[in-house]
Amino acid sequence: MSTATIAHKTIEVDQEGFMKDHTQWNEDIARELAKLEGIDKLTDHHWSVINLMRREYKEKGDGPSIRRLTKESGVPIKELYQLFPKGPAKKAAKIAGIPKPTGCI
Amino acid sequence: MKKLVILGGGTAGTMMANKLWKALSNKEWKITIIDKETTHYYQPGFLFIPFGIYQKEDVIKPKKKFYPQDIDVLFIDIDKIEPDQNRVLLSDKQIIEYDYLIVATGSEIRPDEVEGMTGKLWRKSIFDFYTLEGSLALADFLEGWEGGRLVVNIAEMPIKCPVAPMEFAFLADAYFKRRGMRDKVDITFVTPLPGAFTKPVCSEVLAGTLEKRKIKVESEFAIGKIDNQKKKIISWDDREILFDLLVAVPTNMGSRAIQRSGMGDELNYIPTDRNTLQSKVWKNIFVIGDATDLPTSKAGAVAHFEGDVLFQNMIDVISGRTPSASFDGHSNCFIESGNGKAMLIDFNYNTEPLPGKFPLSVIGPFSLLEETAINHWGKMMFKWIYWNAIIKGRELPINSHMSMAGKKVPKTIKTAPA
Repeated sequence: MSTATIAHKTIEVDQEGFMKDHTQWNEDIARELAKLEGIDKLTDHHWSVINLMRREYKEKGDGPSIRRLTKESGVPIKELYQLFPKGPAKKAAKIAGIPKPTGCI
Repeated sequence: MKKLVILGGGTAGTMMANKLWKALSNKEWKITIIDKETTHYYQPGFLFIPFGIYQKEDVIKPKKKFYPQDIDVLFIDIDKIEPDQNRVLLSDKQIIEYDYLIVATGSEIRPDEVEGMTGKLWRKSIFDFYTLEGSLALADFLEGWEGGRLVVNIAEMPIKCPVAPMEFAFLADAYFKRRGMRDKVDITFVTPLPGAFTKPVCSEVLAGTLEKRKIKVESEFAIGKIDNQKKKIISWDDREILFDLLVAVPTNMGSRAIQRSGMGDELNYIPTDRNTLQSKVWKNIFVIGDATDLPTSKAGAVAHFEGDVLFQNMIDVISGRTPSASFDGHSNCFIESGNGKAMLIDFNYNTEPLPGKFPLSVIGPFSLLEETAINHWGKMMFKWIYWNAIIKGRELPINSHMSMAGKKVPKTIKTAPA
């Protein structure tokens, strides 16, 4: 485990950069984490996915898979890949400050 | 009479029927096992069929041969489970009631989940090796193939036996070398994962093994569709890979009956307590093997380890106690690497596959994460163990909980007790 200073706040992250404590998260941290992932600006569409990730995590204790993400958010898979290039479920989880979804094993 | 119903009579279901039949009095218990198919497939053997190493006869036997004599066996499709009514509806409208239910309905490939996969090239230039028909068709194709671009693609995780696609690539390399045509075949391994395997240390070792064989790796490739005209696979983020032969590992999903019952997640897997193996919703329903949503490999060896835990917990629950056994996610598998060698990996929920030795009396120790001939013989011997011990529910000299004995822990890796 290590720590990182993001948006003037010290946060704990795991080896892959996922936040260890989702309660430390705030929207400024999300914007900074997004930049580290190569996403310069978070649009409304990004935010609706990020909020869904956090909601699912709080309800179920795990972030959703891409399949679930597209089903619940109504955002087509194609667009999810445009919003969060390479791995939408993993990348959105990282920016949302929740652990890596177990579906991404 | 109390009623125990087992849905699915494959690896896990057969094993549980044998274990519980021995333990439960037939004066008090009626055991019923239900499956739509009469043939038992030795699924780990499918991998060897395309290369002519195994034939059809090696991997099929009648299911009935492995069930206890005096349990009820029904070969029929399930319509759905009605868990609130404690009953199962069959496709012929029969109603089967139960006191306890074990769901072992497995998972299956769903090529229809990828756009274009079941198009005109299906089983002509696009093959799977996760069904007997698929591996036999691929064997025929390979025999007459003169070479070109071979692409091995995993559509999405999780899949049954996550190392099988890589084993396929290793065996293909050895097969084309043996036929003196390796220079005519370009092999690319295309995966949605960031590397060769799901866990870091193992992934690194396997990446080296692939490189040594000149097998290219395309990672983080999530297939969106297949272009049958131009023979290419296209990812959701518009990367394209051309193929002459596509060996596809399609999306794996749980049984459609689970979907009809409304008991599954988006892949029809049943939310299951990762330690007790009970359904998260219905306490008289246990789930085992590929049918669960547990974050561990979908493989017969895992079902075997789960079997010991489920058995104990089932006995506890029917005796009015709380479940005392806990599953640690133990998984153990040989990875065939071609030319008579194989590797062995052993891991659980918290400890990733590590190098070292795997102690086993009589024939061991096996080397972990290292290619050796004895591992290959272990893998070949497994077929005998499978037919003669595993599905019959016999004890094996391997503990159902993972052990750290013999494992070498790299300094950078953290492990936690299960």
